Amino acid sequence: MLQTFIQQIINGLALGSIYALIALGYTMVYGVLRLINFAHGDVYMIGAFVGYYAAQKFGIASASGQISFGGALILMMTAMMASASLGVVIERFAYRPVRKYPRLTSLITAIGVSLLLENGGQVLFGADPKFFPILNSAVTYTFGSVTVRLTDIIIVVVSVSLMVLLQTIVLKTKLGKAMRAVSYNLDAAKLMGINTDFIIAFTFALGSALAAAAGILVSLSFPKIDPLIGVLTGLKAFVAAVLGGIGNITGAVLGGFLIGIAETMAAGYLPQSLNSYKDAVAFAILILVLLFKPAGLMGSVAPEKV
Amino acid sequence: MPPLVKKLLWSLGTVGILLVVNQVMVNGIGGYGIPAQDYYVRVLTLVGISIIAAVSLNLINGYTGQFSIGHAGFMAVGGYTAAYISFYYGAGILNTLQGLPLPVALTIRLFISLLIGVVFSALAGFVVGMPSLRLKGDYLAIVTLGFGEIIRIIILSIDSVGGARGFSSIVQGATEPPDQRMFEFLKESIFFWVFLFAVITVVIVKNLVNSTFGRALTSIRENEIAAEAMGINTTRYKVIAFVISAGLAGLAGGLFAHYDNYLNTNSFTFVKSVEVIIMIVLGGMGSITGAILGATVLTILPELLRDLQQYRMVIYSLLLIVIMIVRPQGILGRRELSLSGLFGKKKTV
Amino acid sequence: MADSLLKTNKATIRFGGLVAVNEMNLDVQRGQLFGLIGPNGAGKTTIFNLLTGVYQPTSGDISVDGVDIRGKLPCEISALGVSRTFQNIRLFADMTVLENVKTACHLRSKQSILDAVFRTKKHQQDEQEQETFALELLEIFKLDHLKHEKSTSLPYGSQRRLEIARALATRPKLLLLDEPAAGMNPQESVDLMKLIGWIRDRFELTILLVEHNMKVVMGICERIQVVEYGQTIAVGTPHEIKTDKRVIEAYLGSA
Repeated sequence: MLQTFIQQIINGLALGSIYALIALGYTMVYGVLRLINFAHGDVYMIGAFVGYYAAQKFGIASASGQISFGGALILMMTAMMASASLGVVIERFAYRPVRKYPRLTSLITAIGVSLLLENGGQVLFGADPKFFPILNSAVTYTFGSVTVRLTDIIIVVVSVSLMVLLQTIVLKTKLGKAMRAVSYNLDAAKLMGINTDFIIAFTFALGSALAAAAGILVSLSFPKIDPLIGVLTGLKAFVAAVLGGIGNITGAVLGGFLIGIAETMAAGYLPQSLNSYKDAVAFAILILVLLFKPAGLMGSVAPEKV
Repeated sequence: MPPLVKKLLWSLGTVGILLVVNQVMVNGIGGYGIPAQDYYVRVLTLVGISIIAAVSLNLINGYTGQFSIGHAGFMAVGGYTAAYISFYYGAGILNTLQGLPLPVALTIRLFISLLIGVVFSALAGFVVGMPSLRLKGDYLAIVTLGFGEIIRIIILSIDSVGGARGFSSIVQGATEPPDQRMFEFLKESIFFWVFLFAVITVVIVKNLVNSTFGRALTSIRENEIAAEAMGINTTRYKVIAFVISAGLAGLAGGLFAHYDNYLNTNSFTFVKSVEVIIMIVLGGMGSITGAILGATVLTILPELLRDLQQYRMVIYSLLLIVIMIVRPQGILGRRELSLSGLFGKKKTV
Repeated sequence: MADSLLKTNKATIRFGGLVAVNEMNLDVQRGQLFGLIGPNGAGKTTIFNLLTGVYQPTSGDISVDGVDIRGKLPCEISALGVSRTFQNIRLFADMTVLENVKTACHLRSKQSILDAVFRTKKHQQDEQEQETFALELLEIFKLDHLKHEKSTSLPYGSQRRLEIARALATRPKLLLLDEPAAGMNPQESVDLMKLIGWIRDRFELTILLVEHNMKVVMGICERIQVVEYGQTIAVGTPHEIKTDKRVIEAYLGSA
């Protein structure tokens, strides 16, 4: 019993760090633009596909579809750069033109971008799943009946490192300071001489790069990828961001881990017949959060000034 | 002319015209060499169903200004409920109505199925709307989306409605040998029923928005705080609009179930919700004629793009982005198209 | 013989550490034209938001016509007969002038949703009554010739008058006006003040009005309360206020 619990916690931590990485992108973009970037989950998907094609192009993967540790790192860097550029392009050509309109317009545009990436992906990559290369040093450690996969450890270590890096950028650099200023008040930041367009683009780049990293990490662990993998994962990561308090970076990380653990717990403890409901757990949590603490665990909602 | 008589004449006239059109479309006119228009019956029936879906979504998204993206979920609730009634109780209903002429009994049976579908989808609207409509715009969008997905997952796990296989032979029912009477009846008349209900939906929504209730809903869209200060219980009206919208979506779902005689949860995914949104966004949020226009264009378009089937959604999504950038208010914005308007000044609502 | 329509007893609201309104006692008599004045940031608008249910008091009582309104929704308070305007005008932007006023008639509407759907006689009568009353109000505020204009296309002063007309359409007992003369030129302000006095008599209203323009308030209010930093510093007739030492010090002195 205890071992099932520990096992699910370990699985939950790995899954949760993925959600956390993606949730960071949602939360940062929401912070600066008050926009739910529906396309963010699809940027994660694109990240995974960039990695897949890069592995083939660069000849990194062996004939049997295995890659080394260093190879995976190169794939991740490539995917992060590609997705960051994609994020900037999306912001520049889809979101910036509608920024002056009501927020609903941006939201619909975001849905449009999301559908474009998913369906464009199906046309470009094909709808059938592709198989991502597997780490050649993929091992499993067993402690009693608890098993820990090396990929899980890699996921957690890399994710946490990236989160620390992000936190450093946001808190310690001039760019980060500007991001915080923009997220506090875009117009005032502009008046203070901050190049808000650049900061917004930079925020998209950062968020998209993190999503791509998540895409590669997941693919190393679950190598089957298709153009729709971003939909559900993206939604759950968004729920994580809301749970933590959207706009709040620490909150996104916390929310990510909580959602991840809740979901693996549901998978571990629900009877087999109800297993299809594990995907509904995140939504149930979302609805509860919105009802009882709409600001999320760490966020604050400013009441509209009357 | 007394208003009641006028109303009656209008109603009878509409029914009459629809019956004639139905007759011509389905059977053609033998003597004049006009053949049956099976292809157009199919396309136009789908147009009618889309109109019901789009006009009802417009009530909440366009007029009340609340952004729901779970319309397909309500269509699924209504569709599956109506299908369930038709499949499991259809024979029983017909037996009870044995004394009546068959077409009348079949009509009553259809109405009962649709009505129960509407009631259930309206109930689902209440359950979802009650807690979530207190939330602001984007959050509501996410909750409705999540709800739509949950509904789909739940339906998938219910075996008596087919689960992942889909729900087939809905109007024939479970009897052996299959009872084809309803099937034959609908083959002849579904076009009529769909357009009759489309007209009813349009009239309901039009009468609502052009009344004190419509102004109350619009005031929520325009300035919620001021609306509340003017005595409008904004939460209550949002829920009412949401329930009506969900109920009518269920009507669209129920008609679809009876038209296609087959339901699959794949027809009610997030993509379906987005399609309905594109319809009202294209036509103009807050315009009934806009919703009708959008529904018509976006139902016929895929037929024209048949060869480009795999690019359909790519085109849709690009279309959505481009409309938002170029003309975010849609083709008609909040204006209504009217016959007199075509020749004179357009009236704002 | 005191007949209070609005009474607050030690009403207090705190936002975090900030006490925006502190132990405020207000006593507005039926039929009175009552002025609430004070410098910017004194908490006047916050008091309005407390009285209309936008905010809930942290402590203290608020009652209108003997009814405790704490915990009530803004729309419920509106139904009790309290209506208001907003300092930062909040019209229904995309609706016409006439529709704005008719929307506020909804509160006293007699038809049900089914009446509207089936266009019953009751629906038509009710719509007709709303239209007539709304037009009557627009005429009083000299806005009737603009009835089909989009409300936000009106000049600023007209928008303020439209907001008052809209507030009256709910048929209130107590009307709260938040800086009705803001943005108006002196002549417009004087006309508006006269009009406010006139509608008070015509609709048998009690009016509570916030201004920071002392001159305007002195002209028409029968009783004035001066607030600063969320606290009452004086209350009395215009004459008493003019001669009050603390007021002169705190308010006029700084002006």
